[in-house]
Amino acid sequence: MSARNVSIAVALAALVVALAFVPSVANGYQLSLAINIMNYTVLATAWTLFSGPTRYVSLATVAFFGIGAYTVAVLGEVLAWPLVLLVAFAIGFVLSLFVGLATLRLSGVYFVIFTFGLAELVRQLVTWYEVNVTRTLGRYVFVDITTEQIYWQLLALAVVVFLSGWLIQRSKLGLALRVIGDDEAVARHVGINTTLAKVVLFAFSASFMTLAGAVMAPRWTYIDPAIAFNPVVSFQVLIMALLGGVQRLYGPVFGVIPLVMLFEVLLAKFPNHFSIMVGIAFLLIVYAIPRGIVGLIEGAQLSLFRMKGAKA
Amino acid sequence: MKFNRKLLAGLAAAAAIGLGAPSLSAQDAPKSIKIGYAISKTGPNAGGANITQIPNYQLWVQEVNAKGGLMLKQYGKRIPIEIVEYDDRSNSEEAVRAVERLIEQDKVDLLLPPWGTGINLAVGPTFNKHGFPQLTFSAVTDRAPELAKRWPNSFWFLGTSKQYIDALVDLLVKLRKEGKINDQIAMVSVADGFGIDLSKAARAGFEKAGFKIVFDKSYPIGTQDMSPIIGEAQRSKADTFVAFSYPPDTVAITDQARLTAYAPKVMFTGVGTGFPLFPQRFGDNVEGIISLGGWSRDNKATMEYREKIRKLVNRDPDYWGSQIGYASLQMLEQAIERVGKIDRPAIIKELQIGTFDTVLGKIKLENNQPKDAFWLIGQWQNGVFTGVAPHRAGAADFIVPKPAWKK
Repeated sequence: MSARNVSIAVALAALVVALAFVPSVANGYQLSLAINIMNYTVLATAWTLFSGPTRYVSLATVAFFGIGAYTVAVLGEVLAWPLVLLVAFAIGFVLSLFVGLATLRLSGVYFVIFTFGLAELVRQLVTWYEVNVTRTLGRYVFVDITTEQIYWQLLALAVVVFLSGWLIQRSKLGLALRVIGDDEAVARHVGINTTLAKVVLFAFSASFMTLAGAVMAPRWTYIDPAIAFNPVVSFQVLIMALLGGVQRLYGPVFGVIPLVMLFEVLLAKFPNHFSIMVGIAFLLIVYAIPRGIVGLIEGAQLSLFRMKGAKA
Repeated sequence: MKFNRKLLAGLAAAAAIGLGAPSLSAQDAPKSIKIGYAISKTGPNAGGANITQIPNYQLWVQEVNAKGGLMLKQYGKRIPIEIVEYDDRSNSEEAVRAVERLIEQDKVDLLLPPWGTGINLAVGPTFNKHGFPQLTFSAVTDRAPELAKRWPNSFWFLGTSKQYIDALVDLLVKLRKEGKINDQIAMVSVADGFGIDLSKAARAGFEKAGFKIVFDKSYPIGTQDMSPIIGEAQRSKADTFVAFSYPPDTVAITDQARLTAYAPKVMFTGVGTGFPLFPQRFGDNVEGIISLGGWSRDNKATMEYREKIRKLVNRDPDYWGSQIGYASLQMLEQAIERVGKIDRPAIIKELQIGTFDTVLGKIKLENNQPKDAFWLIGQWQNGVFTGVAPHRAGAADFIVPKPAWKK
């Protein structure tokens, strides 16, 4: 490990420790803003984990997020909290393996449409089950988890997501995925088991999303399918990741923070024109910064470098 | 909108000063009492919020500020209300954050509740943590008594689904005893929160009272074609037809029943029956249809309230939650003025134990819920959705059988 890498590692560790102290300085509102940022950081990074290297655009985020929330609604009062989280992770993993096997042969726009349909399918299945079997729609989540604890869990989850992403990138799997992203046919020809690689990564990404849903559920007290499987979440995650940039694992963070802040400002200043303002913001992002903020920064660095080179 | 309200508040304040209420502590008095709310202005909840809740807020603030504001003994004068509002986008997480923002950033003195069962429950812990009274009037939950214990600052004006079913069952039992209906019921329900809760309670209630549910079906939310459902109900020979439906299906079901001349002796339809759009669409054909809610037609205050809402938003209020919501705001106003300052624990206490004069008459809460304060079942009679159950003084006579459809 070079000295530079060590100092980066130390700086990141210090950042995590500093973030852990947010609840002791923030008031309730600031903490809930921090929770929102942390939640979307986890979701957008987990999304990038799979969609960044493979370039498969997924709109299934909320399907897994909602499953996590529902796991808590069903088991929250029955099992100990760590077990609930474990079960949520397991459900997310198994389900995404099935989904991955069935769908990752699709590509391009077919995959996008399928994932969007998946969220709706899961929501309808849950509704059907609740209506016809349990005959209650809407479950109560009375779990003794404080807001501070939700924040810390999300922070821990974010650390886990980044670490796994980093490890995956350095592994053979990461290399395989980059080849797939560049050209899937070539990847198959050089002997990469493309399906296996994609499915494994998809499963990890989805299980992190499921965990995020489980961690967030105690904040709402009451869950029904419309609340848990709100499609807006999938779109927000997508746009946040795109704004930040998906070429780097840390890219989405640069999209999450400004967008969460932007939504907050719009909500406060234009409570009656929120949707149109968001629409305009999205258009600007897609047209003005197609490669995301990270792409913008790296582009700037590159041209600076070239300018220096020209001078010398 | 915001600008207008501020202007209004300012004018009201100017008026109050102009009237010259001399007081020693007048200098220390705040310029306004900040009241905040987050409500669904966009998304699937916006429709309900716009009919039942937002006009009430507008009317109440307008009226209070026209008087010069809320009378606070602490300062010896009236202080106008200033409103801070956010859109929760029909999303629980947004609602929680918006309420936290209102409390921590905007430092509001009081909060008004959001719309709907789910979102009211989502913000419950936040209201409770900061000790703000939460007077919900668009949430029906069977856990209301338990929630009132868990969060003593929360008030559940619409009550539990069982309460409505009990009133309906009593009504039907009486009709059966009088030989006006047979013991068969056809029931349909929308596969969503409201339909599931009520049909579950109804199944238990009907069977316990010895009724036979000969047709029992739920349909997915958003169903438009009601012909199979109405057709089967028609063939079932039940005298009583009950639909726990949402506004679009309430209209579709009524439409289909009229088309096929299906006229059960008792016809119950769900949410939307008391909305202004219902009589607008069906005219005289609404006569005899029953649903949740209902008004006392001889209550002058009720009719005045309807006029005020008509003037404000150019349409009628809904005949279920609207008036109850307005009554809850009147109670809040009286509780604040009795306490004489913005002392939230004292205001909550007063709401729990006090007796209040409202548009519905005198209200005293029991376990944070009103008892016998409003009608649970109403029937369209002569163009007014009139309270017919539970059976107590002032209940109108029930019209049975429902008149035949007019072409």
